[in-house]
Amino acid sequence: MVVSEIPPINITARNTRIIPFEYEYYEPRSLKEVLELLDRYGDQARILAGGTDLLVKMKARLVEPRVVINVKKIDGLRYIVEDGEQVRIGALTRLRDVENSELVKKYIPALHDAVKSMGSIQIRNMATIGGNLCNASPAADTAPPLLVHNAKVVLSSVGGDRVLPLAEFFKGPGLTMLKPNELLREIIVEKSIAGSSAFKKVSRVAVDLAIASAAVYVEVEDGFIRNARIALGSVAPKPLRAVKTESLLRGLRIDSREVLNALKTIDEEISPITDVRSTAEYRRYASKVLVLDALEVAYARLKGGVHG
Amino acid sequence: MVRVSFRVNGEPVEFDVKPSELLINTLREKLGLTSVRYGCGIGECGNCTVLVNGEPVLACLTLTVDVDGCEVLTVEGLSKSELTRVQKAFIEEGAVQCGYCTPAFILMAEYLVRSKPEPSIDDVREYLKGVLCRCTGYVNIFKAVLKASGSGRGRERVDKG
Repeated sequence: MVVSEIPPINITARNTRIIPFEYEYYEPRSLKEVLELLDRYGDQARILAGGTDLLVKMKARLVEPRVVINVKKIDGLRYIVEDGEQVRIGALTRLRDVENSELVKKYIPALHDAVKSMGSIQIRNMATIGGNLCNASPAADTAPPLLVHNAKVVLSSVGGDRVLPLAEFFKGPGLTMLKPNELLREIIVEKSIAGSSAFKKVSRVAVDLAIASAAVYVEVEDGFIRNARIALGSVAPKPLRAVKTESLLRGLRIDSREVLNALKTIDEEISPITDVRSTAEYRRYASKVLVLDALEVAYARLKGGVHG
Repeated sequence: MVRVSFRVNGEPVEFDVKPSELLINTLREKLGLTSVRYGCGIGECGNCTVLVNGEPVLACLTLTVDVDGCEVLTVEGLSKSELTRVQKAFIEEGAVQCGYCTPAFILMAEYLVRSKPEPSIDDVREYLKGVLCRCTGYVNIFKAVLKASGSGRGRERVDKG
């Protein structure tokens, strides 16, 4: 492209000091009210939770909703509770709450790693776990840990609830299975009981988005991998499980060379791109290293109850 | 327009605002609290940090309608007569150069010493990593925060870290 072909920069798209348009604003106080509003306005409405993604997009006019529904003041969607072999997390739970939760640290260690590594304290104080998932960035750091913990999402509408495996929730960059009248209400996560998990990522600076990320859940018996689950972020249009590699890991000695060989299969399962943050080539290389690192940390936790 | 009432630096305020108004603009333009700095506008530089109900948030990504009923604190409201320990330590350690990011650092440091009275150097880094300084560098800022905290012996700990 020669210089004369570069389109002029749209000034309004760069203005981020204000939100440059008006919208109808609602501040419902109950889940029922939100669902009724969503039913009425559908895809004309956007849900405002933490605001760290939506407001940035609105300031740059990347989205211009006619209606904004602020759900922050609803009681009862911000919780982390133990429920048998699962942990239930309310969609409005802030990342800072997830980070400080002893339940998460003990039973979903990969998620604890992930939220600790996300943004700054200010961002974690505002951003919600539901928002991170619904934003559906391929680089959403909460996704890989939740995927390896077989998380399910509860989607509510005036018609009732439906439950989807998180792996089926993401459709592509910014796209999910949410219908226009649905709200992500709760995330149901399997506890690590027989195994443990860990999350690793590389990013350019401390508060940056991930160049690549990986979460691993592993169960080990007498030095052999009994079960392994791997999920990767920022290396495909959506966060994904590497099921083929997982099946190759099963039955291998955890400290053997075969593990390294099996991890080469990750190449077939991912489709990274080159963008401002990194190259496809580096992402391919980093993914395997991240999985190996996460596997080591998860195994160390399993052996020694290490949570660090 | 939506009527909102909240407290800023201990004083009650009341405005009619558009739902699209951002807290940073209310604070700067309607209340003259220019310590709240506009930096990147996208949640990366942290220069617009304020404390809402004691917790740090970014004023450029917060709607003013959202702080209805809340307590907002900016640097202007930290001390009515005497400087705080954190502020004094920033002066003593030369932790300021151009000063643009200083209010956000001070607020995050106040938040840190309140929530962790004896922070480690890693705690200081973690709490302050969400504020970007592009001129003085971070060493003197870290020294100041450690000095102001119960951890006290600032200088040697930063140099080792």
